Amino acid sequence: MSDHKHKDEVTGVETTGHDWDGIRELNNPLPKWWLYTFYICIVWSFAYWVVMPAWPYLSGGAWTYTTGVIGYEQRNVVTNELAAIAEGRSETMLKIASMPLEEVASDPALMEVALGAGKAAFGDNCAPCHGSGAQGGKGFPNLNDDDWLWGGTLEDIRVTLTHGIRWDADGDTRQNIMMAYGRDGILTRAEISDVVEHVLSLSGRSEDTDAAARGASIFADQCVACHGAEGKGNRELGAPDLSDHIWLYGEDRASIVQTVSNGRSGVMPAWGGRLGEGTINALTLYVHSLGGGE
Amino acid sequence: MTDTATSLELLAREAAAQAGAHPHGDEGERYTAVNSEKNRPLYESRVKVYPKLVHGTFRKLKWLVMALTLTIYYVTPWLRWERGPDLPDQAVLLDFPARRFYFFFLEIWPQEFYYVTGLLILAALGLFLVTSVAGRVWCGYACPQTVWTDLFIYVERFFEGERAARIRLDKSPWTLAKVARKTGKHMTWILIALATGGAWVFYFADAPTLAADLATLEAPAIAYLFIGLFALTTYTLGGIAREQVCIYMCPWPRIQGAMFDEESLLVSYKDDRGEKRGPHKKGTSWEGRGDCIDCGQCVAACPMGIDIRDGMQLECIQCALCIDACDEIMDKVERPRGLIAYDTLRNHDRRRAGETPRLNIVRPRTILYAVVLAVVAAVMLVALLNRSTLELSVLPDRNPLFVTLSDGSIRNGYEVKVVNKEHSERIFHIGVEGIDGAILSRPALAGDNGATLVVGPDKLGTARFFVSLPGDRAREINGEADLKFIVTDLEDGKTAIKATTFRGPAK
Repeated sequence: MSDHKHKDEVTGVETTGHDWDGIRELNNPLPKWWLYTFYICIVWSFAYWVVMPAWPYLSGGAWTYTTGVIGYEQRNVVTNELAAIAEGRSETMLKIASMPLEEVASDPALMEVALGAGKAAFGDNCAPCHGSGAQGGKGFPNLNDDDWLWGGTLEDIRVTLTHGIRWDADGDTRQNIMMAYGRDGILTRAEISDVVEHVLSLSGRSEDTDAAARGASIFADQCVACHGAEGKGNRELGAPDLSDHIWLYGEDRASIVQTVSNGRSGVMPAWGGRLGEGTINALTLYVHSLGGGE
Repeated sequence: MTDTATSLELLAREAAAQAGAHPHGDEGERYTAVNSEKNRPLYESRVKVYPKLVHGTFRKLKWLVMALTLTIYYVTPWLRWERGPDLPDQAVLLDFPARRFYFFFLEIWPQEFYYVTGLLILAALGLFLVTSVAGRVWCGYACPQTVWTDLFIYVERFFEGERAARIRLDKSPWTLAKVARKTGKHMTWILIALATGGAWVFYFADAPTLAADLATLEAPAIAYLFIGLFALTTYTLGGIAREQVCIYMCPWPRIQGAMFDEESLLVSYKDDRGEKRGPHKKGTSWEGRGDCIDCGQCVAACPMGIDIRDGMQLECIQCALCIDACDEIMDKVERPRGLIAYDTLRNHDRRRAGETPRLNIVRPRTILYAVVLAVVAAVMLVALLNRSTLELSVLPDRNPLFVTLSDGSIRNGYEVKVVNKEHSERIFHIGVEGIDGAILSRPALAGDNGATLVVGPDKLGTARFFVSLPGDRAREINGEADLKFIVTDLEDGKTAIKATTFRGPAK
């Protein structure tokens, strides 16, 4: 800045002394309050460096930082908050884990927590297969409907959740086999075509009565053990009802042919060892609530 | 020369010297070296205003309004209003934890906040109307800033004396007496400020309980925080910032400027009558001069530190104290009152043109404000009288939109919420209509409740319902159809209806 003080003629205010292509800047002082705020901020920043984590430095070849005298750490804050939330919930979750499910269901306050916890657990663990709304997909049952392969009571659902389906690591897992009649050479192509025609006739969709009649005898030999004489299924064995409108792997002829030819063996993990008793119970109540259960 | 004339001349000189009024006459402009080091402060310091006490109609009115508004503010939280068991008996209560606003017979839920919006619209329109009729009545009489500043000035006057004494005291060196007076003033201000913050928190919790908790230091920290905050702002704004709040901080003066017109009654100096001003000796003629004797009393009385004789200005809150000040002087010099008075700009022009001044309160602007005010008030009243104590909301499941059941029928899930705003338990029947053959059902765990729902007093009841439609009917609606949920109070038959949608597969 030049020593020469230039005064603006119009305002009578001193300029900064610089001249940018004939433009000069008035040297109006800052407001007092602004300056004081600025000074306080400077003092504050020094105190902040001492109290809070602030400066990075090299220590033994690795970067670290000054931790501050009160030892504040955001990770600790989150950890403590999460612990506090878990602590706050622990009593309720313990009740949900230990009380009979029917009793939990009849207590609106407990039920509110259970459905909330169940929904969260469902999103974390179940949604990848069953979908975020439990709407299911091909090979993954829709949990909103009234068709329950292994039973839709609270206890049935809890057992399925705990032990899984065809989950070999769990000794009590739900087991059955839909054989690959075509691939394993048990039935010929023509026989499979006939038996599929019969299966279609169970839900009134057969177009070839002769083939369906031929298929009926094959069905009686091969299928009734699990699916029953009228194809109504068997929950003890997890065998689906073939006469209803719900088809896990598709209702069209081609899908059914594929099912009979290659068999089906969907897997659901056992959640017993992985999720706590309270979470399993909460999930049971949540899944039961979706379609209203049985 | 009489004593009166002498004292008036003295007053004029005092005013000219102390209120910073520029001397009139031919002394010429004073030149100031604005850029010299000592004349270049970091910011322009406030020139302290020492309002002088006046006596008269408007001063009395202002005392009355102050007493009334402060009483309303401090006493309201202590009024009781019986509402029944388990409900607060405080007449005016903002119950945030329970999410209710109680106002005497009214109880507002958060979703009914439009009543408060309506109230704010009414308040705004009321201000518009009053402002277009009589200027800044709000600013001059009822604004908390004005009321508390007036109260603080009263306290200041009590401890430090009248205007001249206060100026002397501020100029005098620090003595024990000065310290005592200043301490007394500030302590009283702090007490008033604490009481103001204290009253504020009582609007948000049961006043007697909170008062006891505050006294025993068991009240929640937030209560002390807000008392402190409001005490600080009251002390700062009422005691120290005063007129600067109105001049620099408040947006109202700018907005209100748009509400006036030339027919609005504003506190104004009748320069056609007052000029040419100048000192007057008793016994001399009033011919060829104005009624203003330039005593400066209007300036001395002004809490905003302005001269009303400069005309209408942003800083003027129209508190009318200069009217009282001038009327006192007019009585003394035996001229008619009203040299400074509520007057309109049009009347000013009319007098100049030799016409009779008159009031024109009913004009398009005021009619419009009054009509809109009446319409909004009527709408509010009707809405309030028809306020329903039963509300229904229905949330259809969005994922999945529908499911196919084993018998081929299509089912939709709905979350039904019933709000019971009455103070007793009610039993409701839930039904659907709008689609032939639609069947309502509930989850298995709902047990024997069927289509009834029990909702506690002042509570929200939530339940899950299913609506299913046989497969062939579902195919007929092709995609979606309108469905209505109807909730009926089994006791008094009151109903609420909510329209929603039933969805199925599209062809």
